[in-house]
Amino acid sequence: MSPLTYIIGWPLLMAVILAFIPRNYRVLMRLGTLLATFLSLLVAVKMFVQFGGAEVGLGGYRFVQQVPWVESLGISYYVGVDGINVGLILMGALVAFAAACVSWEIKTHEKEYYLLLLVMTGGILGAFSSLDLFFFYFFHELALVPTFIMIGIWGRGADRNFATFQITMYLTVGALIALAGLVLLYLEAGLNTFDLVRLTEHLQNNPLKAGAQNFIFPFLLFGFGILVSLWPFHSWAPVGYGSAPTATAMLHAGVLKKFGLYGLIKIALPLLPNAAQGWVHVIAALAVGNILYCGWVAMRQRDLNLLIGNSSVAHMGFTFLGLASLTLIGITGAVTVMIAHGLLAALTFGLSGYIYNETGTLDTRKLGGLLRPMPFIGTAMVMAMMAGCGLPGFANFAGELLVLFGAWNSLSGFVVAAAWGALVVGAVYMLRAVRNVVHGPLPELERTPRDANAWRKLPFVLLLAALLWFGIFPSVLVNKIKPDAARIVKMVTGSEEPATAQAMAALKRGDAKN
Amino acid sequence: MNTSLISLELAVVGLGLAFLLLDLWTPAELKRQLGHAAAVCTALLFVFSFFVDASYVREAFASAYVMDPLAIYFKRFFLLAGTIVLVLQVQYADRIKSGISEYYSLTLFALAGMMFTASAMNFAVMFASLELVTITLYVLTSFQRNRLESLEAGVKYLIMGGLASALMVFGIAFVYGSAGSFVFIDIYEKSSTLIGNSVFLIGLLLVLVGLAFKIAAFPYQIWAPDVYQGSPAPTTALLAVGSKAAGIVLLLRIIYGVAPGVMHQWAPVLIAISAISILYGNLCAIAQTSLKRLFGYSSIAHAGYLLLGLAALNATGASAVLYYLTGYLFTVLAGFAVLVVALQQLDSDDLSGLAGLNERSPLLATAMTMSMVSLAGIPPLAGFFGKFLLFKAALEEGAMQPAFYWLVAVAIVGVVISIWYYFNVIRAIYWPRQKADLTPITVPLPIKATLALCMAGMLFLGIFPSIPLELTSRAAAVLPWLH
Repeated sequence: MSPLTYIIGWPLLMAVILAFIPRNYRVLMRLGTLLATFLSLLVAVKMFVQFGGAEVGLGGYRFVQQVPWVESLGISYYVGVDGINVGLILMGALVAFAAACVSWEIKTHEKEYYLLLLVMTGGILGAFSSLDLFFFYFFHELALVPTFIMIGIWGRGADRNFATFQITMYLTVGALIALAGLVLLYLEAGLNTFDLVRLTEHLQNNPLKAGAQNFIFPFLLFGFGILVSLWPFHSWAPVGYGSAPTATAMLHAGVLKKFGLYGLIKIALPLLPNAAQGWVHVIAALAVGNILYCGWVAMRQRDLNLLIGNSSVAHMGFTFLGLASLTLIGITGAVTVMIAHGLLAALTFGLSGYIYNETGTLDTRKLGGLLRPMPFIGTAMVMAMMAGCGLPGFANFAGELLVLFGAWNSLSGFVVAAAWGALVVGAVYMLRAVRNVVHGPLPELERTPRDANAWRKLPFVLLLAALLWFGIFPSVLVNKIKPDAARIVKMVTGSEEPATAQAMAALKRGDAKN
Repeated sequence: MNTSLISLELAVVGLGLAFLLLDLWTPAELKRQLGHAAAVCTALLFVFSFFVDASYVREAFASAYVMDPLAIYFKRFFLLAGTIVLVLQVQYADRIKSGISEYYSLTLFALAGMMFTASAMNFAVMFASLELVTITLYVLTSFQRNRLESLEAGVKYLIMGGLASALMVFGIAFVYGSAGSFVFIDIYEKSSTLIGNSVFLIGLLLVLVGLAFKIAAFPYQIWAPDVYQGSPAPTTALLAVGSKAAGIVLLLRIIYGVAPGVMHQWAPVLIAISAISILYGNLCAIAQTSLKRLFGYSSIAHAGYLLLGLAALNATGASAVLYYLTGYLFTVLAGFAVLVVALQQLDSDDLSGLAGLNERSPLLATAMTMSMVSLAGIPPLAGFFGKFLLFKAALEEGAMQPAFYWLVAVAIVGVVISIWYYFNVIRAIYWPRQKADLTPITVPLPIKATLALCMAGMLFLGIFPSIPLELTSRAAAVLPWLH
């Protein structure tokens, strides 16, 4: 059995067990959830460490397991990792454990809550592990629906109902458009299989006609794009995250949202290469829309969660830009940003959730001086905000820099705009939030906020440690991503073009510096 | 001539008569329990049906009646649905003022009619069996004689049903007049010469309109919400599952087995009917606060989804329709089982009656949530895989007929809209902050078993589609067009 099956299996198994535990055993449910997510995390770490030494199977995947499911339709349970998803799965497992840790804030309907949290975790990890398009989609939906229900039941704020409505509508539309694209791809390929490895190989040797490619690509681009809050389909994200319970916001903004990007990189680019090349400029323009427009909106926010939500949407622009560059450096950077941003989003939403629980508000005008009563949380907040502006030393810096370098040759105009958005706009709202929330005089609050105790510090410490680790030693990630990103670039552009070769050289120099 | 082929139907008719007689010797306080006896009998018949050899096509009564994999598939479907509906009726018995045994017996007669439709291969048998279903349902819909809504539902169903039957007879007369035969397979063989015959075409169209009434599809959907709302809940369940499936099996036989060439030309019409049903049902369902009415509109939308598979006119479509319908059985009956138990004390079926259900009975709340999630077509439940198969069937045809792409687009819009109102039901269960009546509900054992069966069915069809898919494709394979 592949370790991936354990990673996906522990949370789902625990969800089934929880269903049979009477609802007054609250501690048991919490411990069970922590245990299952912790076991997933342990296996994920082990897999990440052993990745280099593992046997490489068909299509460059390791730790592969395939079980036929519906043979008449060519559906099989098929999991495996390559350099691109190994980091994402590690990040997902870490965020899931952190999300389970911060769930102490939930006081009602605990049984349903932990059950949904575990199903969501299993779905997320399954989606990133699947090499079968059907299960890829199936697991994603399995994770998506708990999101809606959790926001609806345990969400906060006056906008909760509207937020639930909006996020449900947007994401369902996105998911169904992507599903239509996937089914069309399956039918066009005519292999009667959802096996991604076989489809990739087949479509590399016998590409679809340009007409078919151009017909299917928009389904995938906009379907997946809506799921990643591609501008201008992003408005569900800030409001949704603002109303979501902390763990849901962490898991969705951190991990689940990356599913769309992952789908674009793994499916849309290699399977529809000609169409992808034609759409590059549109993607780049929308990416800059994300970075600039949402950054600008973030500057106007007075609510900390809305600010973080908008900034998280803005960061997604970098991954789209890296993807649009179609260069080795750009795509490597995009994947690095996905991982770094996952950790960062989980960290910031976790912190803001903590602050909300302690102070009862997230209005930056009513907050201030939190560094004094809660030095740990305040410091972590400052560090998270710095990571958000792309300070070197955090993983985000490595990723964003790679994206900007990778996109320079083909999309230089967009890069200038993106860099401006990241460095100037990002710094303005992040630093202003730091000033308003953690510095200055402490306002009158109902009770003095308390700092986190050792146990409640744990999720934040883990996330920060991972951000710093990948920031200081990006090669741990980049060396894993690079060969597989190179494969994807080769599949899209047909050859290792000169730009890519240059990029390789630059990447080597970058490694040497680290 | 092979009378033994109709043994299952004869058994059900016999059961119906036996329970009418048993009523005479049963003390009043035990009459309610007759329903459980009837349910056990139909369940045994369901088990027995697996020993009936239907692996090949056998005909009886001059090709008017057929026993083939498709027929037995639907007979099992109806027996299962009938068993569950009978269990629900026992639970509902305290709201039926008099004649509870007749309520059971009439359900059994309707069940027999449905089982005959599954085997009808001739327009006369088709009409007779449909009338057996429809006429018993007139009575079943108005069975709560003390409730005005129930009587109103009965009258509406009677008027609309009468009109539909009249149109169908009219259509059958045209078909007979032009084709010279009642038998499906004879007409199928002649259909290439009939394709330009306008009398034949009008006849066929009228027959389809009559069947649209049974499945509550556009242009004959208007009765569904009122009748669903007014009827006693178990009757509504029978209407939603049994009556719809009876219409679907006949549509399968006629669309694929009478004049597929004509249907191929009419694909745009079927597409339009499907699209309008999906949009109409889903849009109207948004504003509903009555649960049964919501089921009524959602049933129109589901008729649209089923027509989407029929319109595709390919093997995937036919098997997808069977798959979807089976998932629909478990899903809808789970919903009605909850409705019957949870709203027992209340006079209305308003959504607000579900408030706090998860405190009152976690089992009921879970079952209702699963039912809604499955109806909305979300993994890992039956509705998702069914919709997936239907969409796949339609997209397969998209290359030939681009209108199918639009149909799928409309269906996707429909799914998105439907998520909103299905989630409204879930919300009504979990959301309310101010606590309503929180007295625990004791769920009787038969209902518990029913709910367990339905939930297992939803999960099984959603997660392990391999085996059921093989059954449905084997059943669909007998349709002549697919050879």
